Amino acid sequence: MTAISQTPHAAASNPSGDVVLEIHDIAKSFGPVAALKRMNLTVRRGRVHTLLGENGAGKSTLMKILAGVFTPTAGRIVLNGEAYTPRNPRDARAHGISIVFQELSLSRNLSVAENIFASHEPSRFGFIRDRALNAAAEQLIRELGLPVDVRAKVGDLSIAQRQLVEIAKGLSLPADVVILDEPTSSLSDSEAEILFTIIERLKSQGKAVIYISHRMEEIMRLSDDITVMRDGEYVMTTQKSETSIDRLITLMVGRAMNDIYPPREAPRPSADTPPVLATKNLSFAGKFRDVSIDVKPGEVVGLFGLVGSGRSDVMKALFGMYKPEGEIRLDGKPVTFRSAAQAIRSGIAFVTENRKEEGLVLLHSVERNINMAGLGQLSGPLGLMRASAEREAARAEVKRLAIKTASIDTRTGSLSGGNQQKIVLAKWLQIKPRVLILDEPTRGVDVGAKFEIYRIIRELAANGTAILMVSSELPEVLGLSDRVVVMHNKTVAAVLEADGLTPETVMTYAAGIHA
Amino acid sequence: MSNVQDIQKKAADTEVRRSFFASPTVRQYGGIIISLAVLCVVFSVMSPRFLAFNNFMNIMQQVAVIAVAAYGMTYVILLGDIDLSIGSIIAVSGMVAAQAFAMGFGFLPAVALTLAAGALMGALNGALSAKLMLPSFIVTVATMGIYRGMVSLPTNGAPAMIENDTWLAIGGESWLGIPIIIWIMAVLFVVNHIILSKTIFGRQVYLTGGNREAAIYSGIRVDRIKIIVFTISGMMAAISGMLLSSRLSSAQTNAGTGYELDAIAAVVLGGTSLAGGVGTIVGTILGALIIGVINNGMNMLSVPYFYQLIVKGVVILVAVWLDVRSKSART
Repeated sequence: MTAISQTPHAAASNPSGDVVLEIHDIAKSFGPVAALKRMNLTVRRGRVHTLLGENGAGKSTLMKILAGVFTPTAGRIVLNGEAYTPRNPRDARAHGISIVFQELSLSRNLSVAENIFASHEPSRFGFIRDRALNAAAEQLIRELGLPVDVRAKVGDLSIAQRQLVEIAKGLSLPADVVILDEPTSSLSDSEAEILFTIIERLKSQGKAVIYISHRMEEIMRLSDDITVMRDGEYVMTTQKSETSIDRLITLMVGRAMNDIYPPREAPRPSADTPPVLATKNLSFAGKFRDVSIDVKPGEVVGLFGLVGSGRSDVMKALFGMYKPEGEIRLDGKPVTFRSAAQAIRSGIAFVTENRKEEGLVLLHSVERNINMAGLGQLSGPLGLMRASAEREAARAEVKRLAIKTASIDTRTGSLSGGNQQKIVLAKWLQIKPRVLILDEPTRGVDVGAKFEIYRIIRELAANGTAILMVSSELPEVLGLSDRVVVMHNKTVAAVLEADGLTPETVMTYAAGIHA
Repeated sequence: MSNVQDIQKKAADTEVRRSFFASPTVRQYGGIIISLAVLCVVFSVMSPRFLAFNNFMNIMQQVAVIAVAAYGMTYVILLGDIDLSIGSIIAVSGMVAAQAFAMGFGFLPAVALTLAAGALMGALNGALSAKLMLPSFIVTVATMGIYRGMVSLPTNGAPAMIENDTWLAIGGESWLGIPIIIWIMAVLFVVNHIILSKTIFGRQVYLTGGNREAAIYSGIRVDRIKIIVFTISGMMAAISGMLLSSRLSSAQTNAGTGYELDAIAAVVLGGTSLAGGVGTIVGTILGALIIGVINNGMNMLSVPYFYQLIVKGVVILVAVWLDVRSKSART
């Protein structure tokens, strides 16, 4: 029933290391735009092959070709020694290629079990056998060691749990090649560990794993082979043992990047500077309790916690999405926000964790998205929009953040993840916030875009913006913050000075094991 | 950096050199304008009377009632919602006017009262949906019945005559050679087009319809937007009811039955996405014209009513299918 226990093409007789998939000179164009040009790749059984490249390098296009979503414009693919031309995703699955996409493809209203077996429910005479469905899902989830209830509705799960369900769905049918497209971008470290164990198991069963990720540490840990792509082209393939993070980054971006965290541009605010935003014993039943944080103008405060520690909910409360108990003070004066609109009027901006769901209108143009939060300042009498001011404002942000788009009229959904994230940021820069809250500001974003975002954070801090940043990437928290607030079990475990702080110290607080 | 500027420069160049046929307007409305032209050609070949100027005015007058209701429906569908109660609101507003005149109200007070009734019924739809978090489909299925029932309350189901001359002039008189009803349709077209494409409120409607969560996080009060949108829909239906009752010189209890479907069809034919966030008033009036031309052309050819329904249904299916297909080809 599952990928863990079966293989359709009898891997047992093949020694580990056999070639299972060969991609020769594959190209794909969308009209005049070439997303892939002559890409080559050889994937072997029992090995993890990482694809590395900036967003827009063509990784996802290549994977969608393998999945049968796109038809290549040129080139050929050989799978298990035979020509492979999938007609559609179902056909790809039948050939033993299984893909876990980074975009969540789950139905929120269905249960975990129903989602996992979405296309191949156990059925009799066309009726779904609920009990068999739940049992099969239960068994799969247990084999994979996932902390998820199969009867829960996907809509009620956290983003991280949904990603784990997505992975289970990808492994619910037997497969020779398992493709994981940025599976850890929304996972905390402990959940990522579960995934790494699963990957090791797949390897030992002789399956080939194609792995896509932006996180260098885990790439160096998991990979056997690494192929670097740039601008839709093959750059090189290497074994992990023969390369280094620095070298890979250089290959990937085509330039050396010595320090990805830019230096601060202005001195830290002095200790006696009064905070712009402060909370005292902020609590919300079931979400978080006794949270006291403060942020000074020009300061970057990192908020770190494992998934489920309540960090995102605290941010939402600061933005008027919950009505918490306790106190929020702005410039020393107590405030209550009943809506996001009120928080925004007080100068608070919130870059949410999930840009596609809470950040952007993907159908609308770059211009419309950038101006979304600042409509008031772009309109004149009678509530009429000033068209030239709108265009000017959007163009200025595109330039300032180096957003790569053909024009400000381009549909936002057609841009790469990094550029979409910059648009979310641009939207908030429009209102010139005094407090900027960032929830996972670089999730699923390539190295180049990351660097730009870090640069903007530094620039804003230098101009006196108070910045509160949630991130599950510890290096990022340590690299950017002046102080780090660590949350554990829905409350603040420690507030630490970032100077000389080690990842180990932060983790001991976050995991609740500090003596 | 220089790469980005190159791309932008190239885009700017192509914008300047873009030919008429590749302009966004033609690309957006090309399909529907061609459909409209084809229908007109077919009907004028089959019935010589179709092309007469009088018939053109006739079509426009019939279109006006649907178009005005469809303006309001455009806001609702842009939000990703639906308003099934407008046919009933059309009937209620005619009856409100008839009762107002019977009680001795003048023209302007009667207009104000009718508009207020429409606005109130619309606001109730919006408030029920927003505050009770019920789908607008369910709310307006319910109020469609409630409002339709209320029409008969004053007269126990009998129609009511309207004898105010000014009111009847709306549907009967012309100004500068063009029927007043068409002037009203045209003025409301401009007003609604400006509201949707040029005002903050219009922007907020598109953003909320495009992604409600993102709109909330951007400080848009989506509940308020929904209530205002349904209020506008109710008011447009009330005006549509004024036009209809003026043309019929009376308030009929079954007036406007099924008009919600014609209005929805006009909006969807005009390229507005039922998922919300994309669409225009320009598209809506083109859609209403298609519906009007089909109705009129088939009446001219004495096609029985039940065949007309079948033909209209098929046309809507084909048009929407073509629209979806051309959009997916573009992305």
